[in-house]
Amino acid sequence: MTRPGAAAEATAIERVFREAYGQAVATLVRVFGDITLAEDAVQEAFLVAGDRWPRDGIPPNPAGWIVTTARRRAIDHLRRAARGRELHEHLGGFDAQRHGADVEVWGEDGPVSHDQLRLIFTCCHPALRTEHQVALTLRLLGGLSVDEVARSFLVSESTMAKRLVRAKYKIKAANIPYRVPKDSDLPERLRSVLSVVYLIYNTGADDPQRASLRADAIRLARALADLMPDEPEPAGLLALMLLSESRMPARTSDGGLVLLADQDRTLWDRVLIDEGHAILRACIRRARPGPFQIQAAIQAAHCDAGSFEATDWPQILALYDHLYAVMPTPVVALNRAIVVGEVDGPTAGLAAMDAIAADLDNYHLMHAARGSALRRLGHRDAARVAYERAAALAVTDLDRRFLERQIEELGSPLCPSQGR
Amino acid sequence: MSQYLLSTYTVEDGVPGAPSSPEEMQAFMGRVIALEAEMDESGTFVFGGALHGVDAASVVAPGDADVVVTDGPFAESKEHIAGFYIINAADLDEAMVWAGKVAEATQHPIEIRPFFATGKVADQVHNMPGA
Repeated sequence: MTRPGAAAEATAIERVFREAYGQAVATLVRVFGDITLAEDAVQEAFLVAGDRWPRDGIPPNPAGWIVTTARRRAIDHLRRAARGRELHEHLGGFDAQRHGADVEVWGEDGPVSHDQLRLIFTCCHPALRTEHQVALTLRLLGGLSVDEVARSFLVSESTMAKRLVRAKYKIKAANIPYRVPKDSDLPERLRSVLSVVYLIYNTGADDPQRASLRADAIRLARALADLMPDEPEPAGLLALMLLSESRMPARTSDGGLVLLADQDRTLWDRVLIDEGHAILRACIRRARPGPFQIQAAIQAAHCDAGSFEATDWPQILALYDHLYAVMPTPVVALNRAIVVGEVDGPTAGLAAMDAIAADLDNYHLMHAARGSALRRLGHRDAARVAYERAAALAVTDLDRRFLERQIEELGSPLCPSQGR
Repeated sequence: MSQYLLSTYTVEDGVPGAPSSPEEMQAFMGRVIALEAEMDESGTFVFGGALHGVDAASVVAPGDADVVVTDGPFAESKEHIAGFYIINAADLDEAMVWAGKVAEATQHPIEIRPFFATGKVADQVHNMPGA
């Protein structure tokens, strides 16, 4: 086999892996009721695929092949692990009663496609801490390796492996259910699932080292929007991320952050903007607004503007008022205050920021926003203090470099006494 | 079917949110008795009750020759278990619903821990309908 051919096969297998891993694990969890067993079996099935597919070709239904192979492996594991008669009998009943035909309906819509949905609600159960929710979602549904998940958290592989073991132990010992929550719990549970996916996206957006997480998050949101067509918020989250993603090419230049006002808008990805708009319009027609749809509408308003000056700030402010009414968090209040600064001027914006400053004293973007407003008002010393505090609190290098540049600009020749 | 320990804690000898007047105490007891009746009717209640103060606790530990008894609780902590229920529940979601009811009735935070029955109790769990 030629090297380019082998590379193409490897890429195809990698793609199947990304697309099918989460579905395969979810189905095996339903069949065997054990996450670790499901993971191990699916991984082994992919190992077999990696060995066999380059030689025999990729089967017509690769995902179905993976599930069938993984199921056989899992049964082998159980047989080997079965100590004593009782467990063996249990397994026999287990296999024949309900786990025979179930698996074969792969690829049709219906219960199987809901396996992933069940699994993401398990992974994002409120009894698990957020970092465990994120790690489990990336690992089990995103198909990331333990090492990849570890890198996205900036921890070692062994630390992440231990964290995942602890989280899976809790799911099993506490009997965290594997199902889509009932209607009365659904809005709250769904919000926590969507927040996890958005957190994954933002982790990728904040750090170029972890940029691939953005694609993982968009893939998860697409799956959620497909699986929950009756709920507008998953589609709202997808639109929000697509519209944010459209501006990514303009967001950095020479490794530095570029503010919205200074971005080259011709670099924005029109295909993503059009898709985001179309999804958002379909959401709005359903007249069931929620935090993610409103945030998507805010992004859409930014994407509509041909220039920073042409931005419809009053409309964006109205959307922030709506968002704050349904999600009254300090960060939403801060973003609203920044928009107040564009609509009513920096004095009004600063007053709105000062009203919430105490709640966000450890948040670098609050101090950065104050620095910007103070600079517009000509208060250079106060602006410098705010930017210095922001730089000290900044989490990523990208943010820190941007803030240090602002501090340097404040010390420019206009005020030589402040220069170094 | 799973079993869970629902427990509440004292913090520095006081129970957070504890009733402070006879009227409050009466209302508190009324809520707890009604809740226990509800647990009983639904087959949820296994066992439970309140613990006497931590000053009444002793520790018995294995020693070199003989067991050693000391005064006081085992954990050097500001928080000590004050009362508990063992309940039956289908899964953690159902246990959370019951823990929520206990939290509302008692006005205390409730810890949920999966409980693994052993010995004679385990046999009873095994023979339960729906187990």
